[in-house]
Parts: sequence; structure tokens; C-alpha cells
Amino acid sequence: MTNTATPLVDLKEISIAFGGIKAVDRASIDLHAGEVVALLGHNGAGKSTLIKILSGAYKRDGGQILIEGQEAKIDNPRDAKAYGIETIYQTLGLADNVDAASNLFLGRELLTRWGTLDDAAMESQARKVMGRLNPNFRRFKEPVKALSGGQRQSVAIARAIHFNARILIMDEPTAALGPQETAQVGELIKQLKAEGIGIFLISHDIHDVFDLADRVSVMKNGQVVGTGPVSAMTKDEVLGMIILGKCPPGATPGPGAMQ
Amino acid sequence: MTSVTAAQGGQAAEGALQRFLRATEIDTRMLGMVGALVLIWIGMDLFGVWKDVGFTLNPVIIYQNDTFLTARNLWTLLVQTTVIGVMATGMVMIIVMRNIDLSAGSMLSFVGVVTGYAQAYWLGPMLGTNHPMIWIIAVVIALGMGALLGALNGFLVAYAGIPAFIVTLGGMLVYSGSAWWVIRGETVGLEDSRFAVIGGNPPESWLGASASWALGLLACAAIIWGLIANRGQRARFNFPQRPMWAEFFLGIVGCAVTIGTVLVVNAYEWPPKVAENYANDHNIPIPPGGLGYVHGFAVPVLIALAVAITMTFIATRTRFGRYVYAIGGNPEAAELAGVNTRKITMMMFSLMGVLTAIAACIATSRLEAATNSIGQFSELYVIAAAVIGGTALAGGVGTIYGALLGALVLQSLQSGMTLLNIDSAVKDLVVGTVLVFAVWIDQTYRRRKA
Repeated sequence: MTNTATPLVDLKEISIAFGGIKAVDRASIDLHAGEVVALLGHNGAGKSTLIKILSGAYKRDGGQILIEGQEAKIDNPRDAKAYGIETIYQTLGLADNVDAASNLFLGRELLTRWGTLDDAAMESQARKVMGRLNPNFRRFKEPVKALSGGQRQSVAIARAIHFNARILIMDEPTAALGPQETAQVGELIKQLKAEGIGIFLISHDIHDVFDLADRVSVMKNGQVVGTGPVSAMTKDEVLGMIILGKCPPGATPGPGAMQ
Repeated sequence: MTSVTAAQGGQAAEGALQRFLRATEIDTRMLGMVGALVLIWIGMDLFGVWKDVGFTLNPVIIYQNDTFLTARNLWTLLVQTTVIGVMATGMVMIIVMRNIDLSAGSMLSFVGVVTGYAQAYWLGPMLGTNHPMIWIIAVVIALGMGALLGALNGFLVAYAGIPAFIVTLGGMLVYSGSAWWVIRGETVGLEDSRFAVIGGNPPESWLGASASWALGLLACAAIIWGLIANRGQRARFNFPQRPMWAEFFLGIVGCAVTIGTVLVVNAYEWPPKVAENYANDHNIPIPPGGLGYVHGFAVPVLIALAVAITMTFIATRTRFGRYVYAIGGNPEAAELAGVNTRKITMMMFSLMGVLTAIAACIATSRLEAATNSIGQFSELYVIAAAVIGGTALAGGVGTIYGALLGALVLQSLQSGMTLLNIDSAVKDLVVGTVLVFAVWIDQTYRRRKA
């Protein structure tokens, strides 16, 4: 898939270091509207860190973030949300002690005309969006601590898609899910993509990636090994990128590619 | 055979209780606490009687000789609970947010002596004794100081990243040192008659029978309106309703407790000496049977009630409160969801400072004096009240009404033992044991439920 239009997100030469260790080193990736870009790599390759810079959880040391060609100022999660960037985190997603609706609207509560929380309206909307994602979900009154992994994940996904996200970051969205729920998430990704949302998908599961992604970027030791369309690569070639850092002919090599 | 039937009977009863709890949506923890409170009250009352007249179960003798369950003692108990209670409403939210405030008692003392000092050495001489502005300025100074000192605590916790335990441990020393530094161990008498109303000592701070009834009926109306509004809200969004009998039960219990409280505070007559002085001051002829004036609600109790309602509102109906709970549940998640956790932390500590200042006004006014020993170490009772009231020190869980009940339990124990003439060393021993025991019960209960 070649796309010459201005990318929705363009991360340029992003770097961040923690105590002298370069977790991300001059990494550049981009994402177009209606596209799924998978980010692959070993644990500690820097993919989660890179994506957390985009979602505002970390502040970058260097590099540029362009949203639709304009330089974006993202210093915290609130800034990122203002650009329509929503994130589904692998672990740090939910406040365990409050219910699904409170989590769904956390940071963006619906208020009554007196400026107080409109819990009934929030629960009502939560019932609607959860009904679409997970029709079996009934436990709206309980703290999310009491929910199963899949139910919690559907709350996290509901939160990301409910606010008209333009850019969706999914960090291992299916890690805690059973096969049926994983398939549901796959369907959802296709549906969101059809709606023109750009999705960064971080995953360990190379089969998922080949099913869902348009392009793949592979990271190793904080650097991008290469980026290329899924159609131009085999699974073995992608594995070679992950393990050896060897960039196949179908992909554009990055600074991390083995020379 | 018998044991089997007993067990089955027990299960059936438990089933009914659980159905009842689900229908009324009553928190079992609260039920347990109310039960504990009732037990303490009855126990204290009976022990007092038995200590004086020997063992008896004759209700007439008990009624004639008891000291604890009397209008006078219960009225005093309510007033005594206000200082700890007001601070506990804030401490709950501080602990819910995974923080702690060890400086509250010393801050109370510091704010108390500064307002006392200002009244005696600055406002009094400047405006003239008993000037109507004195109490207003004094209260404004107190609240401003509380907000600022609290914000300072909060700033150090949220923006400098120092653990709340350390910041407030340091604060405890700094504020108690500052209190000493301001007043040099002196005790400043507070003479302003309007400021005195805050503490509930002078007759002007007693609401009297009619106003107390009016307030009680207003509260009943509010309870019923609340139940109806809640039903309407649930109907609007097609949520399941409580069964009608449960609504009636809640309404009746709520109103009964309210009216019962009014009856108690209205049963406490003015002491004859106070009534006599008041009559002489106001040129009221005293009828042969005495004036027959009753106390009704005291101003500090009304302040504490207003604080409790406001804090419950803040905790459950505002964004700020929601964020405090979310931060307690998962600070990273709250931050990533776009909550400005630092700002909320600082605001919460500042709010705690304001509540401490309110407590300082009540405490100094009640004592009619400001001295640096006031309030020292009261943070420990405040934390104990919150914890007995079901606040989890791990954060995320806790309610305002729970903390108030906890404060009432603590104060009941203390006052009761004072009435029984129990040695103060033994009192501390009992209170400490109750605290640990309460938390142990709670932990066991939670583990079994999980």
C-alpha cells in the first residue's frame, strides 16, 4: 500500500532515554487514516515506550510529532486526547475500585446542568456502547475489579472508541482474552479501520498482525529495523527482522537494520 | 439432626438477610458499624448502672440510674464528636487517594493559636472587645491558613514528589513548633461572644426546641425527596428500581433516626444555673417550674452536619471526588485517562487544611481558649476514625458517613469510659485494641467476601 497523502501521524526521529539507556533511538514511523500499522519487536525493544510518547505518558527527549502535517505539542495524556489520540493499554488501563461507566468517562465525565456528575446519563451511554462491544456485559454497578479479563478489556476498548478517536493505539489488546473475544477484537479493528480511524497495533502475535495490519514496523534495541507493507513480506522475513534485525527487500530499512 | 436443622435455619435466615440487603442496597459494613455502636452504647449504659447499684436487669432501676444513654450525655457526645468528625471526612479522601496526613492535629493547634492570638492581641484591641467583625475575621484567617498550609503539604507531595507520610510527619513537627513559637506555651482566653457560638457553649449556640424540630422535619423531607428523585432518575434511564417496600423501609428508618435525634437533643434541658443567668441577663421572669428551655441542636453539630453533607456531595457528585477515588484505585490509569493527578492531590490536601481549620475554630471556641496543646496528636484519632469507618489504607475505598460513624464509635468509647471513671491509661489501651480489632474484623470479612 503506497500512500502519498499527508500521514495522519508522523513520528520523526523520536528519542527518549532512561538513566543513560536509550529506550527509543531516532525512531520514525507514520500512520495514515484508515490504516493499521503493526509495531513488532521483542520485549524491551522500545515499541511500548515509543507509543507512550505519542499517547503523552512519556515526554520525549528529541524528535517531532506531526499530526496531519502540523507539529503537535504532546506533553501529557490530556494533550494527546485533544488531538483525538486514544490508547488501550496492556496493563495500566482501569481504576479498579470504580464501576465501568466511571472508568469509561474517566477524565471526561458527563455533567448535569448544575455541574455535578450525571451518573445516570453516563451509565446509560455506557450500556449503549458496551451493548455494541460485548452484548453479554451486565455488571454495570460493580467495581471493575470484579470483572473478568475480557470484560475489563471491553471496558478499556469502549473508553477508547466512545470519544470519536481519530488515532487509536492498541497495546497488546488481546493479551488477556480468550479466542472468541480475540476474534471480536479483530472484527472491531476492521470496523474501526473502515470508519477511517488510524490504528497502531502493538502485538506479539504475528498471525494477528498478518490478519489485521496493512504495514509492519519492527523495532529492536530502541531502533526501527524496517517498515513495509504486509503484502510484500513473509512471516519468516518479519521474524528475521524481529530476531536478527535483518531487513528484507520488501521493507524500507531504518537505522536499526543490520548492515 | 438438631445441628443440621440449625444450620439450615441459619442459611435460610442468611438468605433472607442478603435479599433484604440487596433490595435496600444497604452496605453490610455500615450495618456492622451501627451494630457495634448500639452495643457500645447499651454496654456503657448498663455497666454504669451496675457499677453504681449492682447487677440488675430491672428497666425502671436502669432508667433511673443510667448516665450514658441520657439526653445530656448523647447531646454532649454529638458535640464532642464534631472536631474529630470534621477532620475525618477529609482524612477519608486523603487515605482513599493513597496518601496520609499526619500533620492534621498540629495544624489544628497552629491554626487555633494564630486565630486565638489574633483575636486577643490584634482584633480585640484594634476593633474593641466584642466587635461584630472579630469572629468573621478570625474564621477567615483560620480558613485561609488551613487552605494555605494544606496546599503547601499538597504541593510538596504532588509536585516535589516527597511521600505524604514524610511531608506530613515533618509538617506535624513544624506546625506544632510553630504553634509553640506563636504562643510560647501561654493559654489565651477567648472572650468574643460570637466566636463562642461556634463551639456550642453559650445558650446562643443552642437551637432550641422549635428550630430543632423544623430542621429535623426539613431533613425528613430531604430524605423522602432524595428517594423519590432517585426513583425518577432510575425510571428516566430504565434502570432496575428498588422494590417499593425497600423504599418505604429506607424512608421510615431515615426519618425515624432523624426524629429520634431531635427528640434526644430536645430532651436535654438547660442546666438551672445557666437558665437563671440567662433569665437575669435578658430580664425574663422565671416561672415557678423553671424556664423549661431545652438545648436542641448545637451549632458545632450543625457545622459538622453541613461539612458531612458537603463532603459527601464532593466525594460522590463532583469530578474532583470521582478523580480522588480513581487516583486511589489506580494512579497511573487516572493520569493516563487525562486526570491531572498532581493538581487533584494538591487540592485535596488544601481541602483537608480547610477542614482542619474548621475543626480548629470549633475546638478553640469550645475550650474558650487557644493553647498549643489543643489538637496535638488528634490526627491519630482522625485516622483511626477513618479506618474504623472502613477506609482501606491501601487506597481506593472509603466513605464519608463511615468515617463519621467511626468517629462516633471512638468518641462513644472515650466518653463512656470517662463516665465510668476508667483510668486514662486503660482508656488508651481499650481504644488502641478496638482499632486493631476493627481492622482485623474488616480484613477477615473482605477476604471471605473476595
